[in-house]
Amino acid sequence: MSAKLARREHRTAWLFLTPLVLVMLMVAVWPLGRTFFFSFTDAYLDDPTVYGMVGISNFIEVINDPAWWSAVRNTLTFAVISVAIETLLGLGIALLLNEAIPGRGLLRAAILVPWAIPVVVATKIWEWMLNDQFGVFNRILISLGLIDHGIAWTASSSLIMGVVIFIDVWMTTPFMVLLILAGLQTIPGEMMEAAEVDGIPAWKRFWSITLPLLKPAIGVAVLFRSLDAIRMFDLAYVLAASNQNVMTVSIYARDRLISFQELGVGSAASTWVFLLVALVAIILIGALRLDRSAGE
Amino acid sequence: MFNRKLAFSLPLLALMGAGAAHAETVSVFCASTEFELCTKAAAAWKEKTGNEAKINKMPALLDDAIPLYQQLLAAKSTDVDVLFLDVIWLGMFKNNLLDLSTVVPKADQDQHFASTLNAAKLDGKLVAMPAYMDVGLMFYRKDLLEKYGKPAPKTWEELTATAKEIQDKERADGKSDMWGYAWQAKSFEGLTCDALELISSSGGGTILSDDGKVTIDNPAAAGALTLAKSWIGTISPEGVLNYDEEASRAVFESGNAVFHRNWPYVWGTSQTTGSAVIDKVGMMPLPVGKAGEKSSGCLGPMYYGVSKFSTKPDIAANFVDFITGPDMQKMRAVDAAFNPSITALYTDPDVLKKIPFLKDNQQAFADSASRPSGYTGTSYNRVSQAFYRSVHDMLSGSKEVESSLKDLAARLEKLKESR
Repeated sequence: MSAKLARREHRTAWLFLTPLVLVMLMVAVWPLGRTFFFSFTDAYLDDPTVYGMVGISNFIEVINDPAWWSAVRNTLTFAVISVAIETLLGLGIALLLNEAIPGRGLLRAAILVPWAIPVVVATKIWEWMLNDQFGVFNRILISLGLIDHGIAWTASSSLIMGVVIFIDVWMTTPFMVLLILAGLQTIPGEMMEAAEVDGIPAWKRFWSITLPLLKPAIGVAVLFRSLDAIRMFDLAYVLAASNQNVMTVSIYARDRLISFQELGVGSAASTWVFLLVALVAIILIGALRLDRSAGE
Repeated sequence: MFNRKLAFSLPLLALMGAGAAHAETVSVFCASTEFELCTKAAAAWKEKTGNEAKINKMPALLDDAIPLYQQLLAAKSTDVDVLFLDVIWLGMFKNNLLDLSTVVPKADQDQHFASTLNAAKLDGKLVAMPAYMDVGLMFYRKDLLEKYGKPAPKTWEELTATAKEIQDKERADGKSDMWGYAWQAKSFEGLTCDALELISSSGGGTILSDDGKVTIDNPAAAGALTLAKSWIGTISPEGVLNYDEEASRAVFESGNAVFHRNWPYVWGTSQTTGSAVIDKVGMMPLPVGKAGEKSSGCLGPMYYGVSKFSTKPDIAANFVDFITGPDMQKMRAVDAAFNPSITALYTDPDVLKKIPFLKDNQQAFADSASRPSGYTGTSYNRVSQAFYRSVHDMLSGSKEVESSLKDLAARLEKLKESR
């Protein structure tokens, strides 16, 4: 290929990339840059045009706030537990759906339903189902004779985090199933057959063939879900507004930014959230070796 | 600038006359629980002026409208003309609201309670017009009180005893879902009101004094909150810790609570189809902590204001004048038992027929407790959040009352200043 041709190809490539780059600049880099900029100012939301530069004092204010650390604790607890349960459940269900069982197509479609319901709607539905006076959940438990008075699932400070995790698992396990199922279907059937012919027991086939080959798919799914879980806002906010027991870092940032109108401190909190998400992403990508397995 | 001033000074009457010729549409925000009332008002306005008001439903949890408003106003949006406003938001939005003092006729302004109108006068501007009065009230099952021969309680202690007794007897009678008292203790703005009422009616002040001293750390406040804590799980379901107004109203109107603290609108909703307690409800000012104290319903008048970025400010102001005027306030009162902010309606026979207790309510307004939004101004939300979160922790049992009040007072000291 001549140098001229290569240059022309380069130009064409840039031509095709330009819209994407422009859109990325507009929807990602610009707002992120603005947030970053405002985190060094003392601006307020009602009039962002008036501000002074205050250095890193906003960042320090956030990390000196006990409420921020309780939000970090909540977020990490939520992320670790919910993603772990979703991964295990997702793997199990994907393995089941991968078997040639009758009505598989229908099942696959049906399992996606929770994921297709908007988070706010699903949360409201669960809130009423878990209501201590009218909730169907308590009715069932009462009629089974397990309890004699409805349990206030969303009121007790010890139960509410469990409820948030439970609803999230219900809602996003289908996503895990979908990604892992896609991974399962790329595993060649001959390999399994060969192993079967060699008389290798099922658990060993799973452990030594399926799981290693699934690792990239699971890794990507875990990465997506973890990043999603760390910036979770809607579920906890709809269920319990600004209840401190389930306040996530995003809710914390929103409180400072919107409720208190502190554009500066709120932006600093948002930047911390961004850094937290980035840190977790780097750790996960490193730990799961996603960068390498993708190239193999 | 010159043009705008000119437009403002145009007499509204001329506009009304010309309205039919070229009808305009203004966009109006309206609370989700009042949607039908707003639609009715819009229809009446259309008949009168020919202009149309497009009603936008607000989020069920009123405070969720704050970010919505903020986005619209920060973007200088012309999509919305009329905003529905809680009294505690006025300070927050004052810079983006149109001064109505010259656009709404002086005579119309003077029909309202002076204190309510004055609360909307900020920095020398009239930023909004009062639409109705809201004050925390006690609703009760008068049939059950009669059945067990109990008088309406005057103090919180009496309420506790009466609620417990009726609840236990009703449960023994087979109504196992019966509770004594349904109120709001979700970690949200409403809890600031509920707790403030308890504390203030026990002589514990209103979190901050009018001149900004933090007064919350006192034995009367601790006593009131300790009593409230004792309700959870005994006369109030543990669920109240996540109840807002609507969730607690559902318990009361399904016939499962003897007492219920809420805003005046429940007088209307509890008498409409779907309610299990039609004709069984009584209403009274809130009890007091001890004899001699004032019943201190939380005061929350609601307002309509015009966005500074509206392209039709005069027509929008005309709508505000109309929907806050005597005809529409009377309609609200007669249809849905809203308490008017117009003095003359308190002697109106039609209104009194619908709300026989209105005279008592007037007393409740006089005795009401205001949230400390005056002193804290733009910092009100963070003061209120620190307060309701702390109270929520005390009620749910994770924090001890006396020491939490001490911590809270120290925190408020840092948060209270407006900027």
